[in-house]
Parts: sequence; structure tokens; C-alpha cells
Amino acid sequence: MSDVFLKVTGIKKSFGGVQALKGVDLEIKKGEVRSLAGENGCGKSTLIKVISGAHSADAGEVVIDGKRYDSLTPMDAICAGIQVIYQDFAVFPNLTVAENIALNYELDTCQKTVNWKEVKEIAQKAMARIGAEIPLDVLVERLSVANKQMVAICRALLNDAKLVIMDEPTTALTAREVARLFDVIRMMQENGIAVMIVTHKLDEVYEIAETLTILRNGEKVAEGPINEFDRPRFIKSMTGRDIEEVFYRPEQNDNKILEVQGISREGAFQDVTFDLYEGDVLGITGLLGSGRGEIGEALFGMAPATSGSIKMGGQEIKIKSVGDAMKNGVGYVPEDRLTEGLFLELPIGTNTIAASVKSYLHGGRLDYKAMNESMWKWIKDLSVAAPSPEPPIKTLSGGNQQKVVLAKWLNTKPRLLILNGPTVGVDIGSKTDIHKILRGLVADGVGVIVISDDLPELIQNCNRVLIMRGGKLAGCFETTDLDETKLSALLSEQA
Amino acid sequence: MNQQAKTERIKNIFSSNQMIVIYIIAGMLILIAGINPSAFGPATFIDTGRSMLTMLMFALCEMIVIISGGIDVSFPAFATFCMYATTKLMVTAGIDGVLLSFVIAGAMGLGLGLLNGFLVGTCKIPTLIATLGTSSLIHGALLSFVGVNDITNLPPQMDEVGKQYLFQVQTDAGVSSMSIFIILPIVLCVIVWLLLRYTMLGRSIYAIGGDVNSAQRAGFNVKRTQYFIYMFVGVIVGIGGMTYTLLARNANTTQLMGSEMMVIAAVVIGGARITGGHGNVLGTILGVALINIVSNNLIVMGVPTYWQTFLIGLLIIVGVIITSVKAKRVALAPKI
Repeated sequence: MSDVFLKVTGIKKSFGGVQALKGVDLEIKKGEVRSLAGENGCGKSTLIKVISGAHSADAGEVVIDGKRYDSLTPMDAICAGIQVIYQDFAVFPNLTVAENIALNYELDTCQKTVNWKEVKEIAQKAMARIGAEIPLDVLVERLSVANKQMVAICRALLNDAKLVIMDEPTTALTAREVARLFDVIRMMQENGIAVMIVTHKLDEVYEIAETLTILRNGEKVAEGPINEFDRPRFIKSMTGRDIEEVFYRPEQNDNKILEVQGISREGAFQDVTFDLYEGDVLGITGLLGSGRGEIGEALFGMAPATSGSIKMGGQEIKIKSVGDAMKNGVGYVPEDRLTEGLFLELPIGTNTIAASVKSYLHGGRLDYKAMNESMWKWIKDLSVAAPSPEPPIKTLSGGNQQKVVLAKWLNTKPRLLILNGPTVGVDIGSKTDIHKILRGLVADGVGVIVISDDLPELIQNCNRVLIMRGGKLAGCFETTDLDETKLSALLSEQA
Repeated sequence: MNQQAKTERIKNIFSSNQMIVIYIIAGMLILIAGINPSAFGPATFIDTGRSMLTMLMFALCEMIVIISGGIDVSFPAFATFCMYATTKLMVTAGIDGVLLSFVIAGAMGLGLGLLNGFLVGTCKIPTLIATLGTSSLIHGALLSFVGVNDITNLPPQMDEVGKQYLFQVQTDAGVSSMSIFIILPIVLCVIVWLLLRYTMLGRSIYAIGGDVNSAQRAGFNVKRTQYFIYMFVGVIVGIGGMTYTLLARNANTTQLMGSEMMVIAAVVIGGARITGGHGNVLGTILGVALINIVSNNLIVMGVPTYWQTFLIGLLIIVGVIITSVKAKRVALAPKI
């Protein structure tokens, strides 16, 4: 028996006319931790689905543990020891921890009845294997994301997993939870279980993975031990272009777009004062709960400030609601585009004009022709990867969705655009595009506020960065004086 | 630690949905006893039990559908169809027999349930739309093809069984009798409880109600489970409808229609979440009991009918608010 667990060669798969995989090879040894990296839409998820039997490949060969499979079904894959932990973990929020863990095992052993004592024993044993301690009787809906993930891992291990594939496992975890997850992965590795982590986060790849496979446009573009990849090579392989980390220093003039004087909102932030000049990009950062996001929400009227004054273009304005904010030309790109920024089921085009429908209303009638023109214009201008404005927005990748959220506000011709986490969950290529769009805006005289915890992003794009700590303004720094280490020290410093 | 877990468990029991309904029921009973002590006795319980009888059978069906993440508004039409068509068939063919009537009505229910199962499981039509459609379809079919007039001349055995009592209680106000049919919902409660709690089939109903995609990926046969649900519900609804006819000793095409909202309300008051995944037999029994206690005793207390409608509406809203506030509290509570 060789020590290669999974070997796929020449996997091809197309959907309709689009070739998602163009002949990919991948090999995973027993007990290996491999990272599968690539930008959104590169074919990562398709490859996982082929390996787990959810999709059948058009061409190519899958060999698991020395056995060749012509048409791999999900059940074959599970029996062969392949387990996928999806981003949403596929847990049942309404069932207890114990049942969630034991359910699959019972299902696979074809039990007809439920022995609750046995369910608890199975769950207890599975948790002991990875050293997890979660109360068994609690409903999973009450668990934190990290613990839900532990439940999913326990469940995977129960099925006698030999390869666990994790899809973006760290997206919603705190630093400490990530460390804990990595401990568990190492524990699995010691037991000879291979792990494949799908990610596009560089730092994690370095920390946990031994080997790396990078996909781009459905092809494997690079592969090798992790230490052969430095940051530029990693990014180059993933995006196919050299992405320089350019520093942008907008030229500001003395015209104030926005003057915020001593605004407060109980439980969120107190006495915040700052100015925004024409041609300026202002960054706001802080730890979670520091009030950074809440300032954005206040300026956009979602959770208005209760005291203090806001002036735009020298005139005092009242922002008590989103309507007030929009009337004054404020746009807001929310942190969670899926729930707050987009109409997921509606077409891309409809999303681009969602905030400006009124401007197409002439004498009680909507000007559909103008609307259509705007839709096409934004798709082209922002290079959204979409064939037309018709498909629903949920079919786009994160980066392209975010461009559409931007387009929605750009179409309102804002005077001030607030972006909360503009590039969260966006791949590197689209990130660069989005930064370029922002620079174009600033050049047109729009005031831009970027709220983010992505420190390199702030240093690259902003003139000044406000630091929030515990709801108070802890300081305002010129980014020319800052680097990442200094900024992160400032963030966590005790006031 | 262990002690703490124990006290928390006890605290959870006392603040659970079922307990809240029990508090409300207790409050109602005290109120009724205070206003009209004579109405408060064994007779009250017997009357309430009798009036709960068919509603409880329907509510258990509705609960199963709600747990699976669906909603069924077709059962009044199905029950009406089964009881009326069965009675008409037996009267015209001149056959008699209580058990036989249940078998025929149950078989009809099975067929109708298969229709719902096909629409929901195979065609993937949202349950509300599917059952709205079948409700109208089946009720319309009954009125057009089977008949519209009340049937009051039941065959002798079937007529007789409605007057069979398990026991009777003599009170000042008269005789209160507990119908023999009370056994049906009791047996059904036990069956449904066992099904939901101790079989993989029952757990798969919870699983698809919790997250249908997860259930699919975990290897549950969602389609088969849905077929089972609607066919099982069909059979029970058919038997429930027949029970209704035998109790009332007549079959008509209208009386059950429109009862779905009250049944759904009872199930939701009993702690089932309309979004699926939650609910249990005890809660549903309590929900049905509460609604029946209120509506029965308000009559005895001389409250005008339109006030009853108002009060039951109020009760439903309060009950649902409590459930949803609790669900929200869980959602916002610090995660473990």
C-alpha cells in the first residue's frame, strides 16, 4: 500500500459552455496537510465536489487508496473516507450537539430507531478524540461558529475519515479559535488523517499547510512544498498578474466635504470629531466592538447619532434616517453585502440601480431604456465579470458582487461614500480593482471613508486613519507615519 | 459545574414553552373557577376532552408538517372529503361497519396525502401553495362530484357508535359522557411521540425541518421523508374526519372547512416554530387544550360569541409572541 491516499488526474468538468476544470491533477498523501488555494471562481469548489462525488467529472481519473473509481458517488466517497466540511458546516441548528454528531453515524449504519444513550456515548467519544468539550444537550443553534465547526469535525471523524476537506474553515473565526482549529488539524494529522484546506488567506496557508496547490481558471498553476512559495509568488500564481502593493496618497485640498463635531450614540461611540476634505480618503479602524462600524451606520442614518453636529459642504445637516443620508448624497457599502447590501435573487442590473430608481422616474413612468443603459455602463466600467445584467446577483463571486454594491451607490452620484469592510471575502484581483475604483472616485471629488480592519488596505489607500478604542476616538494618524506593526499596536493599546 | 448544569436544566424546564402554556391554562382555570365555580368540575374536563378530540388529531398532523418545515392547509378539505365520501359510499351501497368506515376513509386519506407528497416531494412546490391548491381542488371535487347535502341517516352501527361512552359523570347540570373515540387521539399521541423521538424516520423529519440542505448532504432521503409525512398525515386526517362524522352523527361538506387556522395556532402556541425544526407532542396537546378550554368555558360563562373570537385571537397573538421572543432571545444570547 502506498502512502498516497487520493490521486486525481486530468479532471475536466464543464457546466454549460463554461469549462470549470481543464484537466487538474492533485495528489494527497496520508496525514498530509495540503492547502488548495485560488481566487473565487478558479474551480476550487468544483474540484472538491468532484472529489466528494457530488459532481461527476467529464474526464479524468479518481483513485482513492489505490482503488480506481469510474463514477464516484457521494456514498462511495464517504465510504472511502472522504469527508467535506462545508462553510456552513451542514449542521442542524434545531438538534442537540450529541445528535448532530451521532446522526450521520446512525444513518450510515442504517439504524431504524434511536437509542439516546448510545447517541450521547458516540458523541462523547468523538469529542474526546479531538479534545473538544461542548455540552451535549445544548441545541446547536446556541453554539458559536467555532464550536459548530468542532461539531462538524467530530461528525466527519466518526465516519472513519481519512481525508477531511475543509472549505474556507477560518472565515468567521477569531484568532484564538483559528489557533484551536489548527491544533485539532495537527491532532488529526498525527492520527494519519489527511486534511485539505481550501482558502485564499495567505497567512493561514503558511501556518498550517505543508504543501500547496494553486488553481487558476480551472487549471493547476503551481504546486509544491509551502516553503517554496513566498508572498509575491503566491499572489502571482493565484491572480496571474503581478500585484504591486502600491501606496496611494490622494491629494487633498482645503475644501471640507464633511465636518463631524462631537457625535455620540449611547452604547456605541462618544464624542467623535473629525473632518473629511475633498480628495481625501479617511480610514477608520479599531477592534471589534470599538465603534468603528457604528460611526458609519450613524452617518448613513441606520443608527443615527443622538448628539453632536454633522456638516456637509459647510452646511449643518440632520441625519436621522437612511432617507436623510441619501438626500444629502451619502452612500454606504455595508460590511455584510449578502444580507445588507444586495437583493440576492434579483438580477445584477436591478441591483446596480436599486438605490437610484427615483432618478429614472419621469412624469410617473420609469425610463427602462435609461435604466438598461446604466446597468450595462456599470458592468463595463467596473469590469464586473457578468455576461449581461440579467442573471441573479447570487451567481457572481464575492468580488464581483462587491463591485455591484459599489455601482449601486456610484449610480446615486454620492458626495460622500462610506465603505465598511470594502474587501471582506474578496479575492486579491478584485480587491485591487475595487481600490482602483475608489481612487477614481476620490479624483472626481467624492469624499471616501473606509472602515476596515484590514490594516495593509488602510495604509495603502488612506491619507489619515482614525483609531477607535472602546467607543472613543483614540487618535488620528497620517498614514505616512504608520506601518502595519505600529498600527496594530495602536489598536490594542490600553487607553 | 454539574450542580450548575442541573439548576440550569430545571430553570429551562420551568421557562419552557410547555410550562408557559401550562401557566396560562392554570390561570384560565382559576379565572373560570372564580367566576363560575359550578362550571368547574369533572364535567368541564370531560367536555373539554370531547371537544379537543378531533382537533387534537388534526393538530398532531399539522405539527408533523410544521416540524418538517412545511405548513398544511389542506387537511380540512381532505378530512371533509374522506368523511363525506366514505359516508355517502356506505349509505348508497348499503354497507355498515365502524372499522370498515375508518379503513375506507384512511385509504382515501392516503391517496390524497400521496397527492400532497407528490407536489411537495417530487415537484418541490412550497408546501403552503401546494396545500392551498389541493385544498381547493379536493373540496371542489367533493362538492361537484360527490354531493353537497348533509347526510344524517348513518347506517345503524355507525350511528350507534357515536353514542358509546367510555364513562359518564353525573353532575347537577346533567350527564357528561366521554366518548369512546377519545382513545383515538390518545393512541395517536403515543404513536407520534414514539415516531418523532425514537425512530430515524422521526429524526429525519426534524432534520429536514432544521436545514433541508444539510439533511440532503448528510444522506437523508428528503423526498422519501416528505412522501411519508404527507401520506401518514393523509391517513390520520381521513380517520380524523371519519371520527368527526361518527361523533356528530352526520356528514356535511362545510363544517370542518376553515378550521386550519385555529389548528395551526394551537400547534404554534404549543411551541412549534413556524419556521420548522421545533415542536413536540406535549406542547401540541397543551396548545389544543388551551384553545378548547377558552372557547368552551367562555360559552358557559356567558361571554358573547364575538368576544370569544376576539379573545382567542388575542391568545394566539400572545402565545406566538412568547414563542418568537424566546426564539429571538436564544438567537441573541451569548454563544456557547
